[in-house]
Amino acid sequence: MRWNNLRSTWWNSGASAPRKASKIGTGFNPGGRILRPQQIFQRPAISLIISAPILLAAILLPAAAPDKHLSVYSTAANYSLPVVQRDRRDYVGLLEVLEPLGKVTAKFDGQRWRLRYNNRVEGEFFVGKTRVRVQGHDAELPARFLLENDRGLVPVSSLASLLPRFLGGPVTVHEDSDRLFIGSIATHFTASLAGDNPPKLVFHFTTPVNPTVSTEPGALRMTFNREPLVAPALPTLTFGSKVIPSATYAETNGGAAITVSSPVPLIASFSADGRTATISPTSPASAQTVVAPPTPPAPASSAVAGGPSPVSHRYFAVIDASHGGDDRGETLSPTLFEKDVTIALARSLRQELESRGITVLDLRDSDATLSLDQRAYLTNTNRAAVYIALHATAGGHGVRVYTALMPYGGDDRGPFHSWTTSQQAHLSLSQSAAADIVNEFQKRQIPVRALTAPLRPLNNVTTAALAVEVAPQGSDLMQLTAPDYQQLVTSAVATAIAADRDRLGAPQ
Amino acid sequence: MIPRHLFIGVVVLLVAVLGMSIYAWHMRGRVAAIPAQPAADTRALVPTFTGPTERATLFVAFDEDGSLRPRSAQISLPSGRQQRAEELLSALLTIYLDKTSPHTLSPGADVRSVFLVDPGVAVIDLNSAFADGHRSGVLVEDLTVTSLIHTLSANIPGILKVKILVDGKERETLAGHADLTGFYDVTAVNQLSTQLQPVQ
Repeated sequence: MRWNNLRSTWWNSGASAPRKASKIGTGFNPGGRILRPQQIFQRPAISLIISAPILLAAILLPAAAPDKHLSVYSTAANYSLPVVQRDRRDYVGLLEVLEPLGKVTAKFDGQRWRLRYNNRVEGEFFVGKTRVRVQGHDAELPARFLLENDRGLVPVSSLASLLPRFLGGPVTVHEDSDRLFIGSIATHFTASLAGDNPPKLVFHFTTPVNPTVSTEPGALRMTFNREPLVAPALPTLTFGSKVIPSATYAETNGGAAITVSSPVPLIASFSADGRTATISPTSPASAQTVVAPPTPPAPASSAVAGGPSPVSHRYFAVIDASHGGDDRGETLSPTLFEKDVTIALARSLRQELESRGITVLDLRDSDATLSLDQRAYLTNTNRAAVYIALHATAGGHGVRVYTALMPYGGDDRGPFHSWTTSQQAHLSLSQSAAADIVNEFQKRQIPVRALTAPLRPLNNVTTAALAVEVAPQGSDLMQLTAPDYQQLVTSAVATAIAADRDRLGAPQ
Repeated sequence: MIPRHLFIGVVVLLVAVLGMSIYAWHMRGRVAAIPAQPAADTRALVPTFTGPTERATLFVAFDEDGSLRPRSAQISLPSGRQQRAEELLSALLTIYLDKTSPHTLSPGADVRSVFLVDPGVAVIDLNSAFADGHRSGVLVEDLTVTSLIHTLSANIPGILKVKILVDGKERETLAGHADLTGFYDVTAVNQLSTQLQPVQ
């Protein structure tokens, strides 16, 4: 928005220029006679002095930072919104974020800005304060709430905790790249090398994609501005080929890009309705060619089509990368925290499950803070068949699979179940799923134990629920970050869940 | 001319100020003479009760193989249930705070007190050094909780559920994993203790 301000100032200067020029003109007039603008521009020296800064600004302004915007991805609509900077923080209009997702009304009564979403959820915001109240519950924003021209502005970093209170579903914010994912909307991809002469790099996407493809010496870039593409387990994928040695994933200003590096010119072709992209070497002459994707471009992402549509997904599995945000989990090394390893494990497990045809809801795909109650609530309301929490530790060896150690009592009353013992009715299903996973690890000769643990939110989940704690097989802690080891673990879990699909998915 | 009574009043006040200054100086010297205590005290705790000893079974955690093993110990135990509970956990912590501990706890870790509330409720109040310095991890926290609860329930009959507090207050987790918000079911914990027995 800073650039917006500069830009608007620039466009307004056309009207105000004569007035400013006349004031400046007096400074260059020893006689003190006020000159008319026309007179000023008739004098070459003065007009040069005045026009030089204007020309300089005209040259520099377009090179200034690009207009920041927040890309929002949801099942209802994909759209982008301007981000403004206040107090050195990125802010966005909350009403504008919610408007495409449902019916929103807002009013300001002099003290409070009230927002009502779908006639169901009401939030109260206090100008200049960090405290907000949503559905009667207090919450804190990381920075104060602002009201500008009746627009309620909230920090972008607050959306991860604020929006679930309105929408009742998980929200993930990639703050560094200004991307907001509402629900389990992310598009994942895998990349593998096929063929030897010449080698081809094949990308498989979980949903059809339509990127902008461009080439430059030494690289081919696919830019995804409309697709909710998310990172693979590691940002840089290496393939051990001299022709296509690596591909790198990066996010910036509301978009994502995959850059395939190669010493030879590359070309991209798409198949399977945009779900598969094949990158292969081409002739040097075509290296600079911009390769257009096969399908016509989708409507502009800022256009919002229709109202919200009900979420039709029924997620079979919920994956929970434990910890996150302020909760770093175990400090595995001075530079490695449990919360980071669990995210990588979650992404790997998601890919493994989805490659087996299992739909997945990923509760945390960024460094967001989610309370244990939120994790259980999101799992229960999405009626998944199985909940899998992922943990990592430096202690011990191999893998441990936990089911809930149920707390004492529980005061179920009629149709109402105690929150602390919600898992009770599903415990035997959890234990049988855990036993199947343990068997799968044993088949792969990975050390494994099945235990119970007083580990929330396992006891709050109303479906099969288990936690997998991963330790290195030996003494090398860095094995926890090795994609090979992560995949070894997650593929075992995914295989067991896929084999147990009928039993887990049966009505309970 | 200053009135006589005003002169006397000022003199008295000056004497009082001088006396208070001397006293404050003296107290400051005494405080400085007291040695720094007790945050860095890493000494193993010793059971406080002395008297006839009894054989008790402590359930000791071993990080090496993630197991919980029974260990017999001769401990001086008072007759009162609550005091017995405190002595048992004190003996258990003596093992954990030893240099050769198989399941290290942070220096200064202690059980502030144990309350036995009828019917069958035990409340273990840990100090903040115990929880703040505890290593994070599902299994390592599982072992600590199970060790404390099974040691109590194995030696003091009638305990059905256990609540763990830290500095007298409820805390969400021990060190990021083990839930401390609810009551532990002793039967379930004892089953977990069986799962944690070393593999023969």
